[in-house]
Amino acid sequence: MEQLLSVLIGVLVASSVYLMLARNLLRFLFGLILLSNAANLTIFVAGRLTPGAPPLVPDGLDAPIGDVANALPQALVLTAIVIGFGLFAFALILAFRAYQSLGTLNTDEMRVAEPKEN
Amino acid sequence: MSWYLTLPLVIPFVASIIAYLLRSSPLGGWVSIIGSGLGLIASIALMAVVLDAGVVAGQMGNWPAPFGITLVADLLSAVMVLITAITGFAVAIYALGDITERQAKLGYHALFQILLAGVTGAFLTGDLFNLYVWFEVMLIASFGLLILNGGKEQIDGGVKYVALNLISTILFLTGIGLLYGMTGTLNFADLALKVEEVENQGLLTVVAMMFMVAFGVKAAVFPLFFWLPAAYHTPSFSVSAVFAGLLTKVGVYALIRMFTMVFDHDIGFTHTVLLWVACFTMVIGVLGAAAQSDFRKILSFHIISQIGYMILGLALMTPLAIVGAVFYLVHHIIVKANLFLIAGIAKRLTGGTDVYQIGGLYKSAPFLAILFLIPAFSLAGFPPLSGFWAKYIIVKATLDLEMWFVAFIALAVGLMTIYSMTKIWAEAFWKPHPGGIEPELKALTNKAAQIIPVAGLAVLTIIIGLNPEPFVIFAERTTEQLLDPTAYIAAVLGVTS
Repeated sequence: MEQLLSVLIGVLVASSVYLMLARNLLRFLFGLILLSNAANLTIFVAGRLTPGAPPLVPDGLDAPIGDVANALPQALVLTAIVIGFGLFAFALILAFRAYQSLGTLNTDEMRVAEPKEN
Repeated sequence: MSWYLTLPLVIPFVASIIAYLLRSSPLGGWVSIIGSGLGLIASIALMAVVLDAGVVAGQMGNWPAPFGITLVADLLSAVMVLITAITGFAVAIYALGDITERQAKLGYHALFQILLAGVTGAFLTGDLFNLYVWFEVMLIASFGLLILNGGKEQIDGGVKYVALNLISTILFLTGIGLLYGMTGTLNFADLALKVEEVENQGLLTVVAMMFMVAFGVKAAVFPLFFWLPAAYHTPSFSVSAVFAGLLTKVGVYALIRMFTMVFDHDIGFTHTVLLWVACFTMVIGVLGAAAQSDFRKILSFHIISQIGYMILGLALMTPLAIVGAVFYLVHHIIVKANLFLIAGIAKRLTGGTDVYQIGGLYKSAPFLAILFLIPAFSLAGFPPLSGFWAKYIIVKATLDLEMWFVAFIALAVGLMTIYSMTKIWAEAFWKPHPGGIEPELKALTNKAAQIIPVAGLAVLTIIIGLNPEPFVIFAERTTEQLLDPTAYIAAVLGVTS
């Protein structure tokens, strides 16, 4: 399972790099969200994939019985997904505003704030 | 949970909510000032506690470390929180004369307070994943502040700023995942212990490099700095002042924290990379500045070049060099924020930011000229101002290691800094205004609100410059804590309530 997920992460990163190298801002953003998903999967795999029981502590005990899944990476990934979602929403709106006010999504043509070319 | 650790975080959040509710009224700006003022008091209290106790730690929700989230303040954290509060307070006052009604209505003051909370949180946290969360808080607030004006320039700069910072964030997150996979912990103190037990030390170096890139983007080091000069000259002056002072320094702080406490297993490799990065950052930054003519663009490139000095201090990794890096960090925040505030006043007096198209400030506003000279000379490293001691310690550290060439670069970059400062001085202050305008300070609206923070920060620069000894002693104590994290680890892992 780890190997399979590692390959998947590799594919995600490769396609996201391909997308991010495009001049189109929207493609860049799509690449970005793929990359953030790859990062989330990395955390998930790094926490070891265990086919264990849910990490619940029975009544009256201090620790769960037997092998249980690692809950921490799931909590981390959830947090990262939420934050990433918020940032991505902002970035999408920003791209939309950029298209409205600059009239282009081609990053090569976005030079308003750059020094003038001679 | 100790009040002195949480108050510097709670105050800006509360202030931000109140400021948001009052965004349409002129009271919003005052809420921001009061909030920052209270935050300043809270961080002075924190500083007093830390000076007394060494390291203080508190566990959020009473989950014992390393399982819960730890807030911890050692001397470095405490001084960074304090300097953040000072800068925040100065900029909050300055905002009265700088922020338009429309910007206030769009929530400037609320976003500003959230930014301060994010920066403070990043300095106070003792947990790697929590650091990521604070980075995000800071980032989203800075996005909002950057594009608040909504003009073409801001959107254009904003796109580049957002894109490159998001990539660095994802790298940071991946690094966290891999480090967690290797060590099973995210707590700084616990990490410092566990990294020694990692079997594959080579893999650890790979992860260390991921963190170096991620924090390097935030700190704007060569070759990862491109978002900074693309964005920092576009927003309001108070926004770029607080960005210039604080945001890149969070990256530097994170680098110092990680590469002294956690990643000290292969100094020969990681810190050599840092050394090269530092040299290139210093040189490229100062050369970039020499080519610019916009007031704020010159200053933006100087941020990059000055970051190089701090990274240089970290890269040398001798006690004296770290002392220099810490001293530099504190001095730089004050001076750089101040210069951006002055750029704002100059813009309002003369009507422009391109130094070739403005002028006459020395004749008509001599007081402003003096206020400019103090941070400008300090930045370039003139005695007896704060920048002289900062540069002196760093250069002394390189000479002690007999790295003549590095010392030469550090000194040459200082010289080039004078060149840029002279350019601003000669063009914006010395020569008469090409349009014949004789700008007077009296013409400013809310003059006191703009001059007082600038003067206050200049006085701080002079105080550090004339009386550096207590600050150096403080930096030495900070360095001891960084290089020998026993006290830090004991405070975090020993306290269970």
